[in-house]
Amino acid sequence: MNEILVIGIESTAHTAGIGIFSSTRGILANEKSEYKPISGGIHPREAAEHHSKTFPSLLKSALEKANCRMKEIAAVAVALGPGMGPCLRIGASLARALALKYGKPLVPVNHAIAHIEIARYSTRMEDPLVIYVAGGNTLITTYVEGRYRIFGETLDISLGNCLDTFARETELGFPGVPEVEKLYHKGTQLLDLPYIVKGQDVSYSGLLTHALELFKKGYAIEDLCYSLVEIAYSMLVEVAERALVHTKKKEIVLTGGVARSKILQKKLFLMAKIHNARFSSVKPEYAGDNGAMIAYAGYLALTSGIVIPVDKSFIKPLWRLEQVEIPWRKF
Amino acid sequence: MAEILGIGAEAILVKDKFYGFEVVRKTRIRKDYRNSVLDERIRRRRTLLEARILATCKKNGIPVPTVLHVDLDKAEIVMDYINGVRLRDIMDSLNEEEIRKYFWVLGKEVGLLHKVGIVHGDLTTSNMILVRDKIFLIDFGLSYFSKELEDRAVDIHLLLRALESTHPRYVETAFQEFVKGYREVMGGYVESILKRLEEIRMRGRYIAERRRKIK
Repeated sequence: MNEILVIGIESTAHTAGIGIFSSTRGILANEKSEYKPISGGIHPREAAEHHSKTFPSLLKSALEKANCRMKEIAAVAVALGPGMGPCLRIGASLARALALKYGKPLVPVNHAIAHIEIARYSTRMEDPLVIYVAGGNTLITTYVEGRYRIFGETLDISLGNCLDTFARETELGFPGVPEVEKLYHKGTQLLDLPYIVKGQDVSYSGLLTHALELFKKGYAIEDLCYSLVEIAYSMLVEVAERALVHTKKKEIVLTGGVARSKILQKKLFLMAKIHNARFSSVKPEYAGDNGAMIAYAGYLALTSGIVIPVDKSFIKPLWRLEQVEIPWRKF
Repeated sequence: MAEILGIGAEAILVKDKFYGFEVVRKTRIRKDYRNSVLDERIRRRRTLLEARILATCKKNGIPVPTVLHVDLDKAEIVMDYINGVRLRDIMDSLNEEEIRKYFWVLGKEVGLLHKVGIVHGDLTTSNMILVRDKIFLIDFGLSYFSKELEDRAVDIHLLLRALESTHPRYVETAFQEFVKGYREVMGGYVESILKRLEEIRMRGRYIAERRRKIK
């Protein structure tokens, strides 16, 4: 079989990424550059500026790493959403330009689908329950009848957002998850913070508000970090457990930026053990946003015949996971 | 004698005998993935609340298991055994007429449940047992007392989502009948529920319609 090379472009939020996937040799390149705000959260326009400045060198080094030239590439895949408009536009412009200049088909990729597929790819799991946790997303999904269906998600802010905001308000720094987790290990007391599970969904905004109130009242930051992480993660693991039992799946995979969390991994591993399910986490290099996952998901879509004309390749900032058909998983 | 009926997400269900009755012993399992103080607190609170809610349902004629005994230290409830089939397991074999019938009944039951001030909190087809023409509601593990429109709407939102994710083919028919049944008990109030339901869906992340509305 001939080798098919797909280049993937990611720019949905703070990461500009370019990856190259080969149908015979796997992932050949995964170049990325992360926009880091000087203060506060992500400023979409500044992030977009960062992306437009870094993409040329990322493209060059990705092609060098993969040791190939644009004309050998079969298709250009791009994350058209969901994400921040100004950021998405940069990746989309680059993808359109490459597709037009080199006469390559353009493949639209949903960012969330890419996180799911790269997790399956890197763990070799067939049909897992997927826990997707990142700065912008917290959801539990699995494949049912042609699509990834959402079994549980946050009703308000994402888990990553909850911890990042807590870290920012308490001046622990950005990104917040690793900082809060460092202090987690030093905490000794579990404070009474709201544990909010509604059916298969979780809610983090009340937990965040309450934790910040206790911070202002002078509670020890170590105990707060311990309690916040313990409660936030336990809530997620509990709804994941409910989804696992409901769907009767035998595999669980963790993906997204927060997938690097050893604490969350351990909790999910313990939960999976109870139900004799196999647990695995996406490889760390594919946890955060990256171009390789877009290239890989783009390859799956391309070989299922999914391409989009350049003049129809609008960005989709609110592109929901269940809207995407998954023809490559018919079984 | 004792036979494990199922290990649910949060509890283990054992079929047992209790003074000659066929019963289900529901014990909330200790979860070693969470802090033990937190775990103890959650299991105790939920057991007590669940027993109270089941008793309230029974008193108001909603088909639920009867509570026979409660032990908070063990986080355990003993209730009578419901002999039937889980709706989840037979959904795929039901024809349209049956779907209509059962979801109409379900709508009435959930309407009644809401009327007496209870929100189920986990209305999935796994938690419904069909016994002849009645649908027994089980697993009140996440239930609570509330008459808030928001809570009731979220309750139904969860059912709708569970249908969409597990039985996508039947969603429309099933939900349509559910609403009819619910209306029989709650009357025109169902319109407020439907309106709020729409708002809740819009609140979700990445809903294209939300953007259009804001504009």
